[in-house]
Amino acid sequence: MKLKSAFMPYVCCGDPSTEFTIKLVEKLVSSGADAVELGIPFSDPIADGKTIQAASARSLNNGMTPKKAIEIIQKLRENGIGVPLIVMTYYNIIYANGGEKFIKSIKEAGANAIIVPDVPLEESEELHRQCEGNDVDLVYLVTPNCDDERLKKIAEKSKGFLYAVAVLGITGTRENVRPEALELIKRAKKVTTLPLVVGFGVSNANQAKEYMKAGAEGIIVGSKIVDIYSKYLENEEKALSEIAKFTKEIKGAIDTKI
Amino acid sequence: MDRYFGKYGGQFVPETLIPAMKELEENYLRYKDDPEFRKELDGYLKQFAGRETPLYFAKRLTEKIGGAKIYLKREDLLHTGAHKINNALGQILLAKKMGKTRIIAETGAGQHGVATATAAAVFGMKCEVYMGRVDAERQALNVFRMKLLGANVNIVDNGSRTLKDAINEALRDYTANFQNTHYLLGSALGPHPYPTMVRDFQSVIGKETKKQIMGVEGKNPDYLVACVGGGSNAIGLFYAFLDTCVRMIGVEAGGDGKKHAARLTGEGKVGVLHGMMSYLLEDENGQIKETHSVSAGLDYPAVGPEHSNLKDRKRVEYVSVKDNEALEGFYLLSSTEGIIPALESAHAIYYAVKIAKKMEKEQIVIVNLSGRGDKDVEHVKKLGESS
Repeated sequence: MKLKSAFMPYVCCGDPSTEFTIKLVEKLVSSGADAVELGIPFSDPIADGKTIQAASARSLNNGMTPKKAIEIIQKLRENGIGVPLIVMTYYNIIYANGGEKFIKSIKEAGANAIIVPDVPLEESEELHRQCEGNDVDLVYLVTPNCDDERLKKIAEKSKGFLYAVAVLGITGTRENVRPEALELIKRAKKVTTLPLVVGFGVSNANQAKEYMKAGAEGIIVGSKIVDIYSKYLENEEKALSEIAKFTKEIKGAIDTKI
Repeated sequence: MDRYFGKYGGQFVPETLIPAMKELEENYLRYKDDPEFRKELDGYLKQFAGRETPLYFAKRLTEKIGGAKIYLKREDLLHTGAHKINNALGQILLAKKMGKTRIIAETGAGQHGVATATAAAVFGMKCEVYMGRVDAERQALNVFRMKLLGANVNIVDNGSRTLKDAINEALRDYTANFQNTHYLLGSALGPHPYPTMVRDFQSVIGKETKKQIMGVEGKNPDYLVACVGGGSNAIGLFYAFLDTCVRMIGVEAGGDGKKHAARLTGEGKVGVLHGMMSYLLEDENGQIKETHSVSAGLDYPAVGPEHSNLKDRKRVEYVSVKDNEALEGFYLLSSTEGIIPALESAHAIYYAVKIAKKMEKEQIVIVNLSGRGDKDVEHVKKLGESS
């Protein structure tokens, strides 16, 4: 995956509807997003904070299924969305939907990569093989408490990019620049040539700028995106214009990388 | 240490928790057979918790049923009223050795929450318990007990608002706070090394039972019966007998017939939840199903991975008992033996009676009476009034 100065927002498929998700992704991309992470909701998202838990619950309550989420990917491609699309979901969704069959179906729909937060290196053998066999990049996560040896092992396995988790904890907005994230970026850069993309707790332009300055190639924003649009669920136009405003702001900060 | 039981178990947790799990495993291995650690733990189990517990011959129940002899392993007599204290004391001692200062736990029926709050109080540690709102309402007495013991009870309003959701919240807390916090998981489930560690701390139940039944009867029992929520009291009783030919039965919650928590006997499928691969209840898309049981402690959509393996190996037979049948067991034991069982254990009582009836008089059935029923009295009273 070619990623440079990349803004990669996360959206939860089907929150609150299929139609809105499609419009949201289109708005994100037309405002400057370089790739989009598409969350396929799971009933028990242990790596997620309150915001994405609530988004997942809204989506599931409105009838979202893995099959419908895959149709969203397909529809986005049909509508001409060309940026990398990265699926994010929990392992039980993959497992229950046929494992390799699921990987194949996201590939056929047009996804490029997948992130599975509850499959660490030790448990990834089967999934890794399934992804490799179907030309889907399996993106691994590294965290501030990975030692250098482990960091290297994970980086060697990861495809597409390496996901640097900026906090010790779960997803959710944080306002400040995390020193442990800066340290992780520095350490990760030494062991990998893959693009390094920073996520978890990234919610403003200043954080994005600092992480880029430290050596990241991209920024993932999830909970903040959900926060913005979910405030205006009754007013779709307002939700989308706020998203466009935020995207431009973050993209501006990322691009000013010196 | 092996992460798996057959194909079940593993460590399906976010990367952040992997170093924490490694630290826990290393410390567990270091201390589990350490003579000083054992001595300290055995001291607390004896002097504080009240081990060993009696293996009681239920004479009147046996006479009434007219079949096999029924013995009760009296874990209900332990301090705090259930087997949960065995594991809570073991893990809190380990947490102390690891230098942790804060303890978190999930609880369903509240028995594990009370055991953890108790252990935290006696070791002077800060304690946070997560409990689903539905459970907090039906086990209100235990919520009050935890507060009395100095724990902070966090009510969980997500999902089905029961044990499953309490575990989610505890895992999230742990992911953010593992540096000073130990997650004192209450059942033989979750990511490795919990299923093994909790089983080991609970295996004292079976070890004692084996010695006791040899002492009175001079032979092994024919059957062991225990209820299975996550599965810690069952594996605790079964483990010492796995290499014998004693037959074992794990009793799941059959609920009201429509909604239930029968993962090993119903339409359970293999999947991944709470860090482990095991049998679980899910819909056709892989979303975890809401379960139901009259007993909060059995109301859980997955099961400890060792039980999944024992089911596949056909070493343990798993059955389910419905809410109304468990209530029958509850009333029966109370009136014939003067022992009010926890609703969880009442499932096992009902099934033990059912098989004992068809057995010969010289045969033996041992039931793990995993907890006492004080916590359920109010709930049962309400159920009686509404029916």
